This record gives sequence, structure tokens and C-alpha cells, in this order.
Amino acid sequence: MLIEVKDLVKSYKVGDMETHALDGVSLTIDNGEFVAIMGASGSGKSTLLNILGCLDVPTSGSYLLDGVQVSGMTRSELAHIRNRKLGFVFQSFNLLARTSALENVELPTFYYKGFPAGERRARATKLLERVGLGSRIMNTPGQLSGGQQQRVAIARALMCSPPVLFADEPTGNLDTKSSVDIMKLFTELNAEGITIVMVTHENDIARYAKRQIVVRDGKIIHGARFESADDPEAHT
Amino acid sequence: MNFIMILKVALRAIWRNKTRSLLTALGIIVGIAAVIAVVAIGQGASTMMVKQINSMGNNLVMIFPASRNQGGVRTGAGGAQTLTAEDAFAIKREISHYVSSVTPIVRAAGQVIYQENNWSTSVQGCSVDFLEVRNWHLSLGIFFDESQERMGKRVCVLGQTVADNLFGEQDPIGKTIRIKNMPFKVLGVMEKKGSNNFGQDQDDIILAPYTTVKRVLQNSIFNNVNMIFVSLFSLDDTEAAKKDISALLRQRHKLGPRSEEDFNLRDMAEISQTIGSVSSMMTILLTTVAAISLLVGGIGIMNIMLVSVTERTREIGLRMAIGATPSDILMQFITESILLSTVGGLIGVVFGVTGAEIVGNIQHWPILITTSSIVISFLFSAMVGVFFGFYPALRASRLNPIDCLRYE
Repeated sequence: MLIEVKDLVKSYKVGDMETHALDGVSLTIDNGEFVAIMGASGSGKSTLLNILGCLDVPTSGSYLLDGVQVSGMTRSELAHIRNRKLGFVFQSFNLLARTSALENVELPTFYYKGFPAGERRARATKLLERVGLGSRIMNTPGQLSGGQQQRVAIARALMCSPPVLFADEPTGNLDTKSSVDIMKLFTELNAEGITIVMVTHENDIARYAKRQIVVRDGKIIHGARFESADDPEAHT
Repeated sequence: MNFIMILKVALRAIWRNKTRSLLTALGIIVGIAAVIAVVAIGQGASTMMVKQINSMGNNLVMIFPASRNQGGVRTGAGGAQTLTAEDAFAIKREISHYVSSVTPIVRAAGQVIYQENNWSTSVQGCSVDFLEVRNWHLSLGIFFDESQERMGKRVCVLGQTVADNLFGEQDPIGKTIRIKNMPFKVLGVMEKKGSNNFGQDQDDIILAPYTTVKRVLQNSIFNNVNMIFVSLFSLDDTEAAKKDISALLRQRHKLGPRSEEDFNLRDMAEISQTIGSVSSMMTILLTTVAAISLLVGGIGIMNIMLVSVTERTREIGLRMAIGATPSDILMQFITESILLSTVGGLIGVVFGVTGAEIVGNIQHWPILITTSSIVISFLFSAMVGVFFGFYPALRASRLNPIDCLRYE
């Protein structure tokens, strides 16, 4: 079991009103799965992804990632988890401007204490070749198309060999052709054994995933397989 | 994240906004340059003053006649005629544990003639101890000896300026000059001493035995002198020696315990203290100015760092998302701020040093650039970077990655 969350609650206080972005979510994801989290905007799907990606912390509930209890970790500990175990792909790519594709891909290793410095360049080059940008490693984001930028971001996410990749609307800023390319890449990576958790609101994109989860009003209304021994009823 | 990488990122961030970085650093540049330049000029001036004071002689105590009270009418300073050459020798004899040498001084002035050249100068009558007291040496010939002094021989030693004006390129030794129409034989020429604190040419002088000056040039039958120079073994003894000298002179001048002293004692320590207090006041003033200018520069840095944090919010979010810890982010921004301030400090040091040199050259002021002033101001600029960079960096490190990534 790669990911196991139980009774996740995330609430915000706006004035005196307390709103629940997540209202008791329980979910497990296995190694090697390709999961699409779907839902309308405001449904809580992004909040769920952010918590799964250790970018945000839940108000209550537990989260086991790769057998490690993540809830209750300090900010530094969470940073280490994000660095070693997770890769991120964002809707707006979030590459460093005026910085070459190669350096962008190398970036996570600078926060990886003990990453062999000699291997850095070779691995980044190999990853850029893997995503089909072998000839453009010195280009800066401004010199790349949206689809190419997203592929640089994917190479960056893979740099520290994480077991799981989180993607937040990865095709949201791309045209149809580039979107198909990115989804094909995800499918290939998944076939190589990398777990992918992706948030999208497009059915076409969600279809690439092997499993769909639908979130509405902070609750999972479809696909919330939960395989904890003590709570068999959560199966849907 | 290793240090080289942090430095690289910081350099890149600074380089990307060249104009902005330069303007930010300008506050520090101006502050440091001003401090370095003014300290260099100030220290140069005070070093020169101290040097000139020391050039007056070895641990000097000067004794002047005081005013005199005659039937309620007081003369000005120097009016008393009770200070004599015998007082000087008594001081040397009686207070020999403090006093190394002593010379009475008798002054006269007049026209000096050698062949077709003539020159108006002052003549100082002194004793053989003069050279030791004033820490002065001959460049040519010899000084007069004790027997010449005792017998009031018409011999003299010329200051460099007088020698130049009367003899030019000629050798003055053994020649006879006329001072106020009295013939004097030239024994030697003094080493060049330059001008004193007040711009007076110390080489425009003729030295002769005080006995001769008194009798021949002042035409006086009295034995009072204009002043007495006393040279002490150690500057530390100044207070004790002054007390002893004072007691001895009171006794010699038959002054009762309640009567006013007819002499004044002055020593180098007093003058040094005055200079010292002036220069320490200058230091306090400068430090204040420097602190204020660096404070202003630091606020400029803090302002720009806050802007930088805001501008790079998304970058901060991204770095956190891929594994940067809060302390990584903190270090990143503090390094950037230290880099800004130390580069500013370095440029300021360069400007300050060259500025001081230029001013010194144009104005002919002595300049003293000390390593300590450079090192201290550089360290100070680095401290400004740490201090004023800390708050923006702390703010950056406390940001929530999610909020950063969503920031537009």
C-alpha cells in the first residue's frame, strides 16, 4: 500500500463560518496505480491532492505514505518527503524563468543531501532525452512550447526517482495535441511502475487513468477504495 | 542545498535586476565610502599632529614666567622676570631622578648678514642640552660646547632655512656672520625639521649660547630667561616631575605657601590630551554618521528584499514543493541580502580609499588608511546584510507552499 488516508478533514474558517474543503475522506492507493481525481471546481479535489502531495496539512485525519505516518510531521520533514518520495507536475509548469531546461531538471537534487554531484548532469540529460527533449536541454522555458515546458517539468519531477507523481491539471494549459502527448508520456511512465495521481476535470483526460475517483462537496462519491483491515465497509 | 548553489542562485537573482541591485547597494556604498574617506583623513591629521608634537622634543615640560603683580597692577604672562638659567640647572641637579636634560631659552631677533646676503630671523639662546631636549640633530659641523656657553662666546648654529638664505650652495662652517652687527662664527647647521603645528618654519632660526644672546644681543645685565625646556626620562613621570619642579621653583623664588606662582608649567601630555579628546569626539561623530547612513542603507536593502520575496513567491513555492526546507529558503534570502550589502561594502571601500587619496593629493592633507578601518567597515556592511535581510528571509521561509504556488 503506497497511500492510505483515513478520515481526512480540512476546514477553513472564514469569519465565523467554518467550511469543510474535505469532509472525512478515506482512500487507499496501491503501488503502480494511475488514478484520476475528478470533480467540479470547489469540490475539494485540489485540496485532496495538495494534502496527498504533502504541500498542505489536514485539519484532522491520518495519512500513511509508503508506510510512514506523514500527519504531524514538521515543515522540514515534509520538505524531505516531497524531495525524496514525491514528484509534482503543475498546471502552470512552474519552471524557473531564464534558466535552462537542464538546470530546471537538476533543481530538486540541490535539496537532496548526498545526491552524487557527478551524476546530476548525466541523469538530468537522460531524463530530458526520455521525455523527448534531448536536443533542447539548453533552451530556457521562454524558448519552449507549452507541451515542451510540461515535459521539462515531468523530467524534473522524476529527477529524484520518486515512487509517486502528483499532477494538478497537467493539461489545463495545453492544446489537444500536446495534452495527448503528455497523457501518453504519463501512461508510459505508469507502465514503467511509477504511481501517478492526477487531478483533472476533463473526462477525456481522466480516461487515460486506470481508476477514477470523483469528489463532490469534500467527499468521495465514487472510486474510494479503502482497504484497511479495520474498516471494510469503505469499499465502494 | 550546498553553499555554492545558494551563492549561485543569489548571484543570479542580483544579476537579473542589475539596476535595482546597484541602487539598493548605493546606500551601503555611500555610507562605507564616506566612513573610510573621513576616517583616513581624520587619522592622517591626528597622526601628523602627534608626530609634530613629538618632534618638539622628548617628553617636554615647558616652564614660562607668569604674570607679576606690582602694587595691584598685573603684567601679562611672562611679565615676571624671576625665571633664571640657574633655575634650569637647579632643576636638572635636584630632580635628576625624573629630568634627563634641561635648557633655558632666551630669545632675540634681528637682521643677519653674510657678505651680500641678509635675512631677518630669530635667535634662540640655549644651553648645550638643547639638542637632547628638542630631539634634534646636526646635519653639518658641531654644536657649541660647555666652555663656549660658559664664556659667552660668539658662536652659533644655523637652522636650514637660514643657512640656505645666507649661504646658498656654499659651506657655512667656519664662516663669520653678523647678527645685529655683532660677528658670530658658524659652527654647524641643524637638520631640517619642517613646519610645526601652527605652520611656523622651525628651521628659520639661529641657535647660540644663552649667555651670549643675553649679553650681546639683548644687551641685558639681568639673568632672567624667556622659558625653560625640561626633558623627562619618561612621559609617565610628568605629573610627579611637575610637582617637584613646582616645589623647587617656589622655594628658589622664595614664594610663601599662599602667594601666587610666578611661573607656569606646560607639558606635552596636556596638548596630547586636547588632541586626543578632539579626535575621540571626531570618532564618535563619525561613528554616528556611519551608523545612520548604514541604517538607511540597510532599510533600503530590507525594502528590496521584501520586494524580491514578493516577486519570487511562485519560485519559493516551487522550491518548497520540490524539497526546499524553510531553512533552505531562509538561507537563500539571507545570502542574497549579505551579498548585496558586502558587494556594496567592497565597492564603498574602493571608493572611500580612492576618494581619500584624491582629496589628500589635491588638498595636500596627510591620509592614513588603516587595515582595521577597512576590515571593520566591511564586516559592518556584512552585519547590515544579515540584520536587514533576516526579516524578509524569515517571511519567505514561513510562506505556505500552497499559497505560493497559487500566488499570481
